[in-house]
Amino acid sequence: MPPVVRFRSAVAVLGRFPALAGVDLDVDPCEIVLVQGPNGAGKTSLLRACAGLLAVTSGTAEVLGQDLRRDRRAVRRQVGLLGHATALYDDLTAEDNVRFAVRAAGASTDGVGPALASLGLDGRLRHVAVGRMSAGQRRRTAIAALVAKRPRLWLLDEPHAGLDADGRDLLDALTREAAADGATVLFASHEADRATTLATRAVHMAGGQVRAGIREPAHVA
Amino acid sequence: MWHDAALVAGKDLRIEARSRVAMNQVAPFAVLVLVLFAFAIDPNRGVLARTAPGLFWIAVLFSALLAVQRSFALEAADGARDGLRMAGLDGAGIFLGKAAAIAAQLLALEVVLGIGVVVLYGSDLHGPFLLALTCVLATAGLAAAGTVYGVVAAGLRVRETLLPLLVLPVVAPVLLAATRATEAILDGRAGWASPWLRILAVFTVIYVAFGVLAFGPLLEEA
Repeated sequence: MPPVVRFRSAVAVLGRFPALAGVDLDVDPCEIVLVQGPNGAGKTSLLRACAGLLAVTSGTAEVLGQDLRRDRRAVRRQVGLLGHATALYDDLTAEDNVRFAVRAAGASTDGVGPALASLGLDGRLRHVAVGRMSAGQRRRTAIAALVAKRPRLWLLDEPHAGLDADGRDLLDALTREAAADGATVLFASHEADRATTLATRAVHMAGGQVRAGIREPAHVA
Repeated sequence: MWHDAALVAGKDLRIEARSRVAMNQVAPFAVLVLVLFAFAIDPNRGVLARTAPGLFWIAVLFSALLAVQRSFALEAADGARDGLRMAGLDGAGIFLGKAAAIAAQLLALEVVLGIGVVVLYGSDLHGPFLLALTCVLATAGLAAAGTVYGVVAAGLRVRETLLPLLVLPVVAPVLLAATRATEAILDGRAGWASPWLRILAVFTVIYVAFGVLAFGPLLEEA
């Protein structure tokens, strides 16, 4: 099967700064790949480039068979990004937010209820405006939107941030479940112990490049 | 495109229904503008009645700036703009949806301001059909131009102060044509209104067409 992510000498700039300075990376279907590296290494830029939010200006950048240099918007409905921000609307309820994300992606809304329930947002919380929620509950709502959208590629940037211990375990379980169902996961995390347990492979970034991409055997949860 | 437009418009109007910013802040602001104009110009109701069309559209224009800023402030909070881009929605659909939501709020506001003009300025309402047509055309033009420049300013730190500088010169023809058409209709000279209505329609079509074509690329660069 062709790789879900295929970058060759990919360069992306933020202003004049080369956020990605020639990235080479392959991610195969159903892999859970951890992107490690110090602050400013280019982890977030790599995830944003995979999502088509950051333009790749030279090299090769293909995600899910789409050439991002030709049309970086083409992959977005098949990709889910959980970034530092939750991308939620404060005045809408958890259910409204998840439903909007799912309908915008052209996915079935049948998964909205189960997704909210799986994140512990059923019952009263479902109808609470996101602006009144705690940071952890907002994060759970953002994850519920990701789960309900059922993307083929999950891009997670520090996904455990803001979650309590139960929430972190839940996120790890959902991530493994998604990979088992055929999705591919690329995530960046500074929580080394938890992240290496979750990942099937780790790559290391520094200076806007992938410096090491050691293939390791999959861990058993 | 139409599905995406309906989705975005529904989302923005649902947010307004929950937050009631337009109802609780923009509408009182617009009425306050009318009242202050009444104080500032002349207590003579004859002068006020003559200047009512211009004052009405100035109040609508100021309110439109607030509505546009609010519409894009929603997308600036907590990475919502990235969420909107990641949704994979058609750029033209997002433009039409956001412009339609702004236009719906402005039309509701114009009803309130229309009552205000009658009560405060003593204007007589003639030609309700032509007045409604003028309002629809001018509001669509203001909402379309505001939405285009709203996304241009959205990614900038100086967006609050930049937006009026960008929008006001561009919508000057709409303001002029809407004011002249309204004057003619209120004076009972409907025939004099038709050239201004045609100008209004032309500018509105230009703004909408430009928004449909340009909004997607502008959102990507914002």
